[in-house]
Amino acid sequence: MTILAMTRRTALAAAAAAVLCAGAAPAALSQSKELRVLNWQGYGTDEKWALENFQQQTGIKVVHDYFNSEQEMLTKLRTSPGTYDVVLFNNTFVMDAVNEGLIQPIDTSKIAHFADLTPSLRDSERFVKDGKHYAVSWVWGVTSIAYSTEKLPTPPDSIEVLWDPANAGKVGWRDDAIESVQFASLATGQDMNAPSDMEKVKAKLQALKPQIKTFWSSEDEWNKYFAAGDYIIATYWSGSAARSKKAFKLPVGFMVPKEGAIGWFDGLAIATNAPNPDSAHAFIDYMVSPEFYVKWDTDVGAPASANARANAALPEDAMNRAILGDPEVVKRLQWMAPLSDEQRKAYQELWDSVKTTFAQ
Amino acid sequence: MGGAAVRQYRGIIALTAPAYLWLALTVFLPLSAMVYFSFLTQAPIGGRAAEWTPAHYIAFFTKEVYWRNAWRSFELGIYVTSLCLLFAYPAALILAKHVKGRWREALFLLVILPFWSNALVRTFSWTMVLRGDVGLLFTYWAIVIGLIHAYLPYAILTCYISLQSIDDTLIEAARSLGASPVQAFLRLTLPLSTPGIVAGVILIFVPVIGSFMEPRILGGKNAIMLGPLIENQFTAVFNWPLGAALSFIILAIVLLILLAASPFLRRQLQ
Repeated sequence: MTILAMTRRTALAAAAAAVLCAGAAPAALSQSKELRVLNWQGYGTDEKWALENFQQQTGIKVVHDYFNSEQEMLTKLRTSPGTYDVVLFNNTFVMDAVNEGLIQPIDTSKIAHFADLTPSLRDSERFVKDGKHYAVSWVWGVTSIAYSTEKLPTPPDSIEVLWDPANAGKVGWRDDAIESVQFASLATGQDMNAPSDMEKVKAKLQALKPQIKTFWSSEDEWNKYFAAGDYIIATYWSGSAARSKKAFKLPVGFMVPKEGAIGWFDGLAIATNAPNPDSAHAFIDYMVSPEFYVKWDTDVGAPASANARANAALPEDAMNRAILGDPEVVKRLQWMAPLSDEQRKAYQELWDSVKTTFAQ
Repeated sequence: MGGAAVRQYRGIIALTAPAYLWLALTVFLPLSAMVYFSFLTQAPIGGRAAEWTPAHYIAFFTKEVYWRNAWRSFELGIYVTSLCLLFAYPAALILAKHVKGRWREALFLLVILPFWSNALVRTFSWTMVLRGDVGLLFTYWAIVIGLIHAYLPYAILTCYISLQSIDDTLIEAARSLGASPVQAFLRLTLPLSTPGIVAGVILIFVPVIGSFMEPRILGGKNAIMLGPLIENQFTAVFNWPLGAALSFIILAIVLLILLAASPFLRRQLQ
């Protein structure tokens, strides 16, 4: 709520400013030293306190533009070269952008916190080409299992808990084809990015029929159903689980089963022909600093930081430190790979067939 | 004389043109685009290359997941429509023939009241009622209950209008000629109110088979129907052609049903 109110206020202020200096706008834009960031709305980089902080430290003013899908972001980079400085990238899209020449190599010597970043994320082949980094790993998260610490006092350790007859009719599941296939692949011991035996995946999903109480589709819905006692264990996102626990005071535990879980990570990149490359490096460095991250996670709730020191600086009971801070946990994750349109369609059809058997 | 006719003709055009133009822009053009999309391999948006294919129409008949969920939607439509009529007809009869004056106004207000609240709010309030001891939430019947609530006013209003227009003296005449109340109802009132029933059926059945919001919120894992399936093609997998093809198949089936029923309807409506 507060995030929303704040962004609306900011938007109003921006609109008012735009009206006031409408006449002078074109001239002001072309020579401005403003740093232009392209990101999802409400995703860290546009926290008001952070931007004020950053401006105080460096004198650089940051303005935002937003996208609602990765395709939109790529379109903006393609059609407005030289407009944006810093751009948020899900790891699966970085190499496409590199091959299209949309983003430039990072001068890692200008990122003071670079050495503190978790190497497996920082040097991932999704970010590095020909020895050059094209994105700085920023945050990461896990899609795994959340459970009621009241109803399940001993934390489960296996993904099979979702198929346990003791939990029949008490499981919540996200109505999402890709995620369903990924979970079933993990449960059947397959590579979740390229499951070789789709029949096994389908059978495993069909076996959920007595287990699932209902589907959820948003964080808000998840909290409502969980609070009403509709389910006691459910698939969930790590950042959201932290928020459910902290902001909504729900008795939520989060676990990464021994079979593995679904990992994702995002990076910050610099657009080709960025107007302010030096400021862009400084802003990215601030974004991966413990100073920014600890406040973001503590006050607002955030995914895990790619900066190991930032995670370690969190309060001890913070989920991002207690659960995702364990290197053994990170080792168990499988990282989401890009999917083709054909795969998406095939997964959707499989999931729709499975759901049809649920309803019969 | 000729000048007057031309003027009248112009007048008709001037008065109807805005409506037709509006319909052409908002209904015909988007629908035509969707018909075109439904025959392509992928939506030609953002410079993607697409080829002509009937595969999406073939998929409906060859893949169980699609025709079975189409049947589930029709089944839901039949349940909701018949239950709506079952509840609505007696209510409309009482309102039209036995309640007068202020009471009628008050009762009407109660019928229309749900219309004034947002459909999403109505559906979410059902989740609170059906949860817990009632134990119906996330079942098939929760979907039926939510949809009946949403569409009952249509049935009451259409039945009421045709019942109210029946001349009371006709029934009095039948009674004075020796018909029992039941006979008078079955041979006069019911046949004369058929237009209202038919209008109610069409108004309810068509949107119910395409509904996706109520099933999703109330139905839990029973929510899978053709409506949610089509929605996923647009929102989850960017497969507009398949979503469009499924929609037009449903449209075609509904039109075929109406066509098949039209001889009977024409007889009744005369």
